[in-house]
Parts: sequence; structure tokens; C-alpha cells
Amino acid sequence: MQRLTADSVTLGYDQRIIAENLSVEIPDNSFTVVVGPNACGKSTLLRALSRMLKPSAGDVLLDGRSIHRMPAKKVARTLGLLPQSSIAPDGITVADLVSRGRYPHQGLLRQWSPEDERIVKESMESTGVGELADRYVDELSGGQRQRVWIAMALAQQTPLLLLDEPTTYLDIQHQIDVLDLCAELHETQGRTLVAVLHDLNHAARYATHLIAMREGVVVAEGAPGDVVTAQLVEEVFGMRCQVIEDPETGTPLVVPAARGKRTRASV
Amino acid sequence: MKAAQDTTRTVRAVRTAGGLSFRVDARASAVIVLLVAAAVFAAVVLIGSGDYAMSPGQVVSTLFGDGTFQQEFIVTELRLPRVLVGLLVGAALGVGGAVFQSVSRNPLGSPDVLGFGQGSAVGALIVIVLFHGGPTEVAAGAVVGGLLTGAAVYLLAWKRGVHGYRLVLVGIGAAAMLTATTHYLITKANLVDATRAVVWMTGSLDGRDWAQVWPLLAVCCVLIPLVLGHGRALRMIEMGDDAAHALGVRVERTRLVLLSCAVLLVAVATAAAGPIVFVSLSAPQVARRLTRASGPNLAAAAATGAALLLVADWTAMNAFGDRQLPVGVVTGVLGGCYLLWLLVSERRAGRI
Repeated sequence: MQRLTADSVTLGYDQRIIAENLSVEIPDNSFTVVVGPNACGKSTLLRALSRMLKPSAGDVLLDGRSIHRMPAKKVARTLGLLPQSSIAPDGITVADLVSRGRYPHQGLLRQWSPEDERIVKESMESTGVGELADRYVDELSGGQRQRVWIAMALAQQTPLLLLDEPTTYLDIQHQIDVLDLCAELHETQGRTLVAVLHDLNHAARYATHLIAMREGVVVAEGAPGDVVTAQLVEEVFGMRCQVIEDPETGTPLVVPAARGKRTRASV
Repeated sequence: MKAAQDTTRTVRAVRTAGGLSFRVDARASAVIVLLVAAAVFAAVVLIGSGDYAMSPGQVVSTLFGDGTFQQEFIVTELRLPRVLVGLLVGAALGVGGAVFQSVSRNPLGSPDVLGFGQGSAVGALIVIVLFHGGPTEVAAGAVVGGLLTGAAVYLLAWKRGVHGYRLVLVGIGAAAMLTATTHYLITKANLVDATRAVVWMTGSLDGRDWAQVWPLLAVCCVLIPLVLGHGRALRMIEMGDDAAHALGVRVERTRLVLLSCAVLLVAVATAAAGPIVFVSLSAPQVARRLTRASGPNLAAAAATGAALLLVADWTAMNAFGDRQLPVGVVTGVLGGCYLLWLLVSERRAGRI
């Protein structure tokens, strides 16, 4: 039994059902990436796994217990989330923002322990924002800002960390930068990471475990080398392509077919 | 840049044996102490001013029970309750405004813009115009009007949680409707009632006595600590619902508790002194610029509100010769000018 699982959940907003009877297991110590076309339910799944969306049927289990029946702060000490959009309050410094990641470990009478201070410092150093500690967050570039938010999520010190499209709005260099950082956290600190990514090639390159979704259903899952095939890409994204070996890493690389050959696949 | 260094340098940790630790922002704490001192000083000066003038020394010794019989009567029966009402109303409006601005993530999202002051006014005017009620009934009407407005705005703005823009837009709509209702009620009223209504709507501390102090004090003693206790969670909610949720904050519950407290504080303050404009809008902004700390700055906003209201009251009583103005006129001018000055000077300095 893995630490984080969704057990035949039905997910939706109000009357609109996004996924029905969906079961997913996040392998412990994996860097799991969820991919799929827009509106396939991947972000919805992440919201359910992070207890932001309550399933109308089924249950999300964390360490075998229903995540919705656990105290909020207790969950937040085990499971962290980097949301897609967060707001940096006006006039906040990097150090101040990162230190807010310690909230679930604090209380009214334990607001700022030496441990908090040490972990905030370490989190800033391991994300490379240590030198920016005294800068205002709104002065930073998009890439630096995303590193600061990741540092905040790290300061939460959770063995499981979910990331909702962490590379959106970043240019290619910063996208790779953020993914390198995630891979490093996964390898050196042994954290279980779950990310939703748009770019299939990024997913194939960085994931140790890939979950491909389409219309609220898991179409395939496993190691990217086994899962990413031309057939699967056509099935999930409805796009003809070739899958070749990435000359840099040997992982699968998806090359869309030329315009003339790319008639829309019938699935 | 210099300001950035200043802010981080001033945050200190205070730790005690047994593992207790507290985060103390030295600058914010100093600002709060100074503001409280300013409010107390203004209170002493206010008690001493009037037709029977007393020096600050006389006021203090009278407060400690060493005054003459006459001084004792003037201080404890006439002027102290008025000043206490001013202090409590200012603090309640400051905290209420800080909560609303933080929850709506909008500096304009303060209770007097979102229709709570107007709701209290309609409640009070209904009692004055339709029932010709006395001061106690008017106060009750104001509280009920404010609370009903609060509940209505919350429910209308609710869509899978209350979010900034919806709250502000619904609130502004409610404010417009309620203002129209007050105008309608005034046109319906006879001359005496209409005069009472207009005087009430300007906001004034004149003639406030212990009957206003006690309920206000009780509400403030319960609700202000409750709000301050939720301050850390509110700091997290400022980063967005998802981020706060991920940190283990029960977002919607925290928001409901804080908004209820803020609505109640503003309603009771308005019942005691009428709708004093601009304190709940300007006090949190002034406080934030004085402390230079991020976050809702709840305690600093309370202290700023109290100090601002008493200074405004002193100005209203003394700055215009024999013509005493209601405090609500002065808070508008004073708070507005200070806020404009701050915004202009900060824009020159390159910060917004």
C-alpha cells in the first residue's frame, strides 16, 4: 500500500462530473508526473489528492486514512502543495514568504523555533534563493519567484509534495531550471513528488512514473520508457507523432508529425 | 532596498525555556506602543479640554482618584465615557477594516465602502423615522441593520467560498441600495426626526455616556482578541486560498469567523457613535505604512484607529473656535489627507 492513493473517487464541480470511479496510486519515493490534454482532469485529480476538492464518492487515503477526516494541520505536515496561482502579499520579502511554509508546524505559543529558522535557511539555500532573502518578492523575475514559492513548499518539510503546473508562464530556461530543481529534491532528499505538466517531453525526461489521463480516465501508467509510445500519444492527445530517443538522456522524445501527414486520429 | 533591509532586520524571535517561541517584529511593536501612547495622550488632553479646562496632570490625578468632587464628576461622568467610546470605536473600526481589506485583498474593501455603515444607518433610521425610538432602540436598530447587511452580503457573494472581487462588487451594490433607502427614509420623515437622522448619520461622540461604553467594551474585549488570535491564519489566506489550504488553514471557516467578528465590531461601533467614515478605510493602510510589515497588521490597525479617532475628535472640538464639528467630518478630512499624502510620497519613492 502506497502512502497516497485515490480509491475509486468521483470528482466534479457542482453538477459537472470530471472523473468517475478513478483510482490512482502514487508510488512512494517516485517523481510522478500526470499528463493529458486540457480538461482531462489532471489538475482536478491533484486538487483531490491535496484535499482541496472533496470527492463526491470514494476516498483519498493518506497513510491509509481518509484525508478529509484528518486535521488540516496534520495533513499539511505530511503533504505539501505548490498551487498554480499564489499571491505574494504586498511588500513581502523572500525570507518572510519562505518562513510562512512553517505554519503547519507552528502554534500560538510556538511561533518561531530555532528549527524553523534553520529549515527556512536550508530551504532557501537548496533552491538557490539564499542571496535574495532580503529582497522584495515583487522585484524578482518570474523564474526567481517560482523558486521562492518552491522554497516555501520545501520549508513545510513534507515527505510528499504536489506541484500543479510548476513551469507555467516560465521561459524554457527557467522551466528546465525548475524541473532540475524538482529532480534534485527527489534524488537527494528522497521526497515523493507529484507534478502536473503540460509538456510531454519534459514529463518523459524527468518523471520516474508517468500517469497519462484522458477524459477523467487513466489511460496508461508506468515508467516513461515503457509508456510513451506513438500509439499512446495518439490515443491520449489525438495527435500523430514519432517517438524517438532523446539524444541527451535516452528517454522518449515526442516529435509531432509534419502538418501534411497529421490527419486527426480516430480513437 | 534600504527599506527591505530594515524590515528583515527588525523581525526577532523571543524564546523562553520550555520551547515557547514568539515572532516579534521590533518595528511593528514599537509602532504599536507609540500609537497606544499617542492615543492615551490624546485621551488625557481630550478629558482636560472643554468649558472647564484641566491640565493633563490634573486629569491624571483625578483619574487616580485624587481630584476634587467637581473634577471627579466632570471626568468620570461626562468626559471619560466619551473618550472611552472614542477609543473603542476607533479600535473596532480599525480592526474591522483590516480584516475586510485583507479578506477582500483590496484596500477599498473596507466596511464603509461595502455597505455595513449604510446598513447600520438604515437600521437606525427605520427606528428613528418609523418608530420614533429612543437612543437605545436606535443603537439596537443600527446593530441589527449592520448584521443583516453582513449576512446578506456574505450569502450573495458566496460561490464555493467568498472571494475578493465578488465581495467588493456585491458590497458596493448593497451600499448603493442602502444609501438610496436612507434618502427615502429621510424624505418620509418629519422635520424633527429628519434632523435627528442627519445628526446620527454624521457620526459623533457628543453626549456619549457609560450606557454606550459597557456594551462596546464587552464586545471589543471578546472579539478583538478572537480576531488577533486568527491573525496568523489570515496572513496565510493573503497568499491565496490554495496556498493557505496547502499550509493547513481551514480557509472558509477562518474567513467566516473573522468576517462575523468584523461585521459585529463595526455594527456595535456604528451603533455607539454613528457611521464615522474613513477610519476603517484609512487606519489599516496607515498602520501598514507605519509598521512596513506585510500581513493584515491587525493590532497596529486597532491602535491606529483609536489614535486617529481621538485626534480627530480633539480637532473637531478645538480647531474651529466655538463651532464644534461632529468627529465624522474630521475623520474624513484628516484620514483622507494623510492617506493621500502617504500615497503621493510613496509613489515618489518608487514604491506603490
